[in-house]
Amino acid sequence: MVDDIDGGLRTALVADLDVGFADVVRAHERTLYSVALQLTHRPADAEDLAADTLLRAYRALRGYDAQRVMALRVRPWLLTILRNTARNAARDASRRPAPPPGFETAEEPSAQPSVEEQAEHGEAQRVLGAALRQLPDVQRLAVTLRHVVDLPISEVAEVLGCPEGTAKSHISRGLQRLRSVLPAAEPSGRGVR
Amino acid sequence: MTDPIESSMVSSLMGLAAQLGGLAERVFASWTAAPSRAGAVFVAFTDVGVGFVRTAESVGDDPARFLDAYRARFGRPLREAGKPPRGLLPALRGTGRPPELDLRGLTAFEQAVLAATARVPAGQTRPYGWVAREAGNPGAVRAAASVLARNPVPLLVPCHRVVRADGQVGEYLFGGERKKQLLRAESVNLDEVAAFARAGVHFIGSDTTGVVCFPTCHNARRITPAHRHGFRTLATAVRDGYRPCKRCRPGVAA
Repeated sequence: MVDDIDGGLRTALVADLDVGFADVVRAHERTLYSVALQLTHRPADAEDLAADTLLRAYRALRGYDAQRVMALRVRPWLLTILRNTARNAARDASRRPAPPPGFETAEEPSAQPSVEEQAEHGEAQRVLGAALRQLPDVQRLAVTLRHVVDLPISEVAEVLGCPEGTAKSHISRGLQRLRSVLPAAEPSGRGVR
Repeated sequence: MTDPIESSMVSSLMGLAAQLGGLAERVFASWTAAPSRAGAVFVAFTDVGVGFVRTAESVGDDPARFLDAYRARFGRPLREAGKPPRGLLPALRGTGRPPELDLRGLTAFEQAVLAATARVPAGQTRPYGWVAREAGNPGAVRAAASVLARNPVPLLVPCHRVVRADGQVGEYLFGGERKKQLLRAESVNLDEVAAFARAGVHFIGSDTTGVVCFPTCHNARRITPAHRHGFRTLATAVRDGYRPCKRCRPGVAA
């Protein structure tokens, strides 16, 4: 089904780059932002990273001919750009001294159910998010791609730049590790509706 | 593999997916056509501000050429705007302050040149050398002129008010004639400026205030002929006891 979506996107990109790109943004912005959230520390940084990724993608597409666009697997391609952009940003940041920490607002709640539900749900999500942050980079990315944004293994492997078997093992080791760092008292079913 | 704790954890992971939309606002620029005192213009702007202005005339009245030029220079996709950003229309008419500008992607020197140019009041002119100095690089006169020759936001950053030191109005993005027309519309007396330059007068001082200015400075134009003294260089004026005007900042005493 995603291939159908991407197929439509490819055709639209070839027909009119800017109009097609608006469809690309609409189709994949949530996925990009969700993964960006796991690669950065603050929502504002995640938004910057996702927007930067889309601009880089657009600039690359300007140089592609129709044949190359038609061969593109749009979603994993975008996520690969996201991964590289995050890596470059991290490298640049390590070379330059960090700016003084600014005033930070609390994380935005991601969904709007009832207030109690939101509180309980939010807390469980926060614990889970914090646990995910403790994973090594490649496992965190693998788990995020497979289980947060629901990519098939083939696309996870493409983004990680490794064979599918290796991708699977990053995911299962990541889940194992995640379970071990999650507080043991967490009863099953909590935070899940 | 399918134990309940793991499956609950896995389904909770999906809850970490964000619901945010609206990235298109950050990525796309919008474009519109608008009237201006230099005729119809095309304008492109982002969520940050206005980033590109060109007269319809300069692109052969073809919006597609304007859009191509924007994409080639800024690498952003475009869509047609619903309405122009706040403050754009009055600024293009020449009334009111310029709207927010998007000058990301310009070098620090380019930004400094545009910032200096933006400080030249309507109805006044400054030489290219003044802009270079105000931008923090007095030697980079030609570089400053090149920056203005590619000014992404003419009219909003009034590069038409920057002229040659010899009294000629010099080049303009949209042609020298357009530059003269814009300056005349702001009541700059181009004939007088040229006459001063021919006479070797680049600065004008008042012997009552002891202040020396550029000839188009508001303060210089108030000096009555009996008290007006022309100078070829600022150094001469300073040697004669004049102080450089704090408004038009003709330069530091050399």
